[in-house]
Order: sequence, then C-alpha cells, then structure tokens
Amino acid sequence: MSAAVSKRPSLYATAVGKKYAMAVSGLILMGYVLLHMIGNLKVYFGAESLNAYAEWLREIGEPALPREWLLWGMRFVLLAAVFIHIHAAYALTMMNRRARPVKYESKRDFVAADFASRTMRWTGIIVVLFVIWHLLDLTWGTTNPDFVKGDVYRNLIASFERAPVAIFYVLANMALGVHLYHGAWSLFQSMGWYGTWRRSFAIGFAAIVVMGNVSFPLAVMFGVIN
Amino acid sequence: MKLTLKMWRQSGPDAPGGFQTYVVDGVTDEMSFLELLDVLNEQLVGEGEEPVAFDSDCREGICGSCGVMIDGQAHGPQRGTATCQLHMRLYKDGDTIVVEPFRSAGFPVIKDLMVDRSAFDRIIEAGGFITAPTGSAPDANLIAVPKMDSDRAMDAAACIGCGACVAACPNGAGQLFTAAKLAHLNLLPQGQPERQRRTIGMVEEMENYFGSCTNHRECSAACPKEISIDFIAMLNRDYRKARR
Repeated sequence: MSAAVSKRPSLYATAVGKKYAMAVSGLILMGYVLLHMIGNLKVYFGAESLNAYAEWLREIGEPALPREWLLWGMRFVLLAAVFIHIHAAYALTMMNRRARPVKYESKRDFVAADFASRTMRWTGIIVVLFVIWHLLDLTWGTTNPDFVKGDVYRNLIASFERAPVAIFYVLANMALGVHLYHGAWSLFQSMGWYGTWRRSFAIGFAAIVVMGNVSFPLAVMFGVIN
Repeated sequence: MKLTLKMWRQSGPDAPGGFQTYVVDGVTDEMSFLELLDVLNEQLVGEGEEPVAFDSDCREGICGSCGVMIDGQAHGPQRGTATCQLHMRLYKDGDTIVVEPFRSAGFPVIKDLMVDRSAFDRIIEAGGFITAPTGSAPDANLIAVPKMDSDRAMDAAACIGCGACVAACPNGAGQLFTAAKLAHLNLLPQGQPERQRRTIGMVEEMENYFGSCTNHRECSAACPKEISIDFIAMLNRDYRKARR
C-alpha cells in the first residue's frame, strides 16, 4: 500500500481535506472572536480596566518572551487561519461550480438548505470587509479622527458616537452571527463529530458572540458608557 | 384533471435543450408521476412526435432508475419517495409542473430526462472487494454484530443510488451516496479489513466527478430513503483516520 500512498494527493489537495482546514481554521477564529468579545466586556468596568487589559495583551508572555512577542504570535496564527479559511473556501467554490456546469433552468425549491448555509460566501465577505474597517478604525485609527493610541476606551466611545458607525457595527455583527450559525454547526460535520448537540452549540455560540459585540455600540449610543 | 407540463427536451448529449409545454388531460389521482409521463408519451406518439425519454424500471421505489427534478426538487415535493411513488393526488386541476433532468458534471444528459449515472459505478468500483470466504454458506450469526450497528448499516444500505442527493445539492456533491455506500460496510465487522483502502478509494474517486459538501443538508431532504447526513460525518471521520 505504501507505493499507492506516495501517488496520493496531499490531504489539502482533496476537497474533504480542505473542509478539515476550514473547520480547524474556523475553530481558531471562533476562539478568537469569543475571547475578543469577553475581553471587551471590560469596557463596562471603566476606562482604567479596559486600557489596562489592552496593555496587558502586549505584556503577556513577559518576562519569558520580549514585550508583544506573544501578541504578534497570536496575530500570525490568526492571519494564517484567515488566509487558509479564505483559500479553502475559494478553491471549494470553484470546484463546486465545475461540478454543475449546466445550471438548472427551473427555479430551485430548497427544503433544508437555509439562509445561513446558502449565504456563507456573502456573510464571510461582509465579515472580512468589516474586519479591515474595524482595524482601520480602532487599531490604526485611520478612520477615527479622535484616535489616541493606547486609550482604547476613549477611541471606542469616539468611534461609536458616530451613529452610522454604530449601525454598521451592529449590521456587520448580524452577518457574523449568521456565518457562525452555520459555521459553528458545520465544522463538527466536516470533522466527523455528529450529534444533536451541534445545533444548540452553534445557536448558543453565535448568540453569545453577537449579543456581546452588539452591546458595545448600543451602550455608547444610549449613553450607558461615556 | 388537466395539467400543463413544461418538459425539458434535448435530442442528444451535445444537442441544445429547452423547455416544451404540453397539456395532458384525463390525469387521475391514482396515477404515479411516471404514469403521467406514459400518458404524455402516448399522446405524443399519437401526434407523430418523439416521446419523452426517461428512466424507469421497478416503479416501486427500490431500483433507483427514475429520478427527475420536479418543480425544482429532486423526485418532487413529497419527502421519502422516488419519482415513481409520487402520485398525482398531490396536484390539482390546472397546475403547471416543470420537469428537468438531474444536473451535474458527473451525470451528463443522454436524452431529454435521462442522465448517465455511471459515475456512481466508478465510485463503487473504487471501493474494491471485501474479504469473504467463498464456498458453502457460513452459519448464520457466526459473527456477532451489535444490534445498533446492524440497524445503522441497514439504514445506510437503503441507498438505491438514484442520484437525487447529487441533483439536490447546491454544490452538486456526491457525498451522501458515497457516505451511505461506505457506511454500510464500514459499520460491520465484515467491512473492517479493507476499511481504510475502501474509504480513500471511494472518496478520491467521488471528487473526480462531484462537488464538495458544505453541509446544506439538501441531499438528505431529497433522498427517497431519507438517509441521514450523519453518514457524511462518518465519511469525513473515516477519511481523516484513513489518511493518518
């Protein structure tokens, strides 16, 4: 069998292998998005609490590692996960187009495929565009006129005081929630772990992340934090 | 009842196809969908036209020959039945029904509603053999199989290979068929010696013809045997383990 093994496509070259890559990279990104939301809840404990947390993120790993090394390590893992997730999605989409070169002429009547599963591509693109804007707004401060590096609390409030920005955040998080509703279920199917708990997990996970994230712009808009 | 049928007509594999509209009168509740097509064909032959080509054999839902897209659903709107078991009592006088062949790169159209599903045979071939002693029949129950396992293997073995899963899948994936064929052997002791080789062979052959699974679950909804997508999860797990 060893001779046959050497001729075999690499795991990532197969579609099933790309789905494992999507599941694992998706799981990494899900872990990040959950921790990101939990960390930001510090905004409700006041400016010092949030800013100290932001400073701590740069210090983790010290003194074993120089300042910001672990942070950059995590950023590298996240970037790699994003790249793999998008590459696999693109390659699988192309494969699926080739699998049905002649489309149905009559209108399809879907029974099980839901809004979330059929819009993964679009919710994914919305989330990517949102993340780019989010970095410009709250990491680099490019789109935030009152940006002060290091004063996370102030930057967050200055950003969300602009109503269109706050509304955009809420809408983008809705797209993220729809993406997670299918993704957090689908990843277990791709990895071969099945059971009725998957749907409850996906709903719970998407709801927690979205509710947490959406609460920040709403809290600023309604003056809960200022 | 009187029905309007929008039928896909295509004279050959490379010929351009298109919808033709026919009106069929005298359709009764008890007719199956295939009998509706028979009535239409008799009418067409009577008018000196070419009858509509479609596959059918057993007409009792077990052979897997029939299968067309009816109003955008593989095997039509009724769950858990093949086209031959879809009865006209579901429709009412004056309805318009759109009928199209299954569409997939792996299922090229032969003529009208007939498609070539031999890609499924290639997948089965890629699975190879199972080691079984030949000669006189072994004693029954010589190999103990847990009831749960034999039940699940039988659920998977219910697959009739009709191709509705591929037809219904928005991605044109062949996962449910391949998963069912894998599971009915992989779940049983008799299937263990070649389990890894079979899984790798069938999955990789499948990917030569069909799309990838994005877990829409549309296949299982269209399946006349209502085969669960849990078998697709088993395929994903077995392939991962086989490649390790």
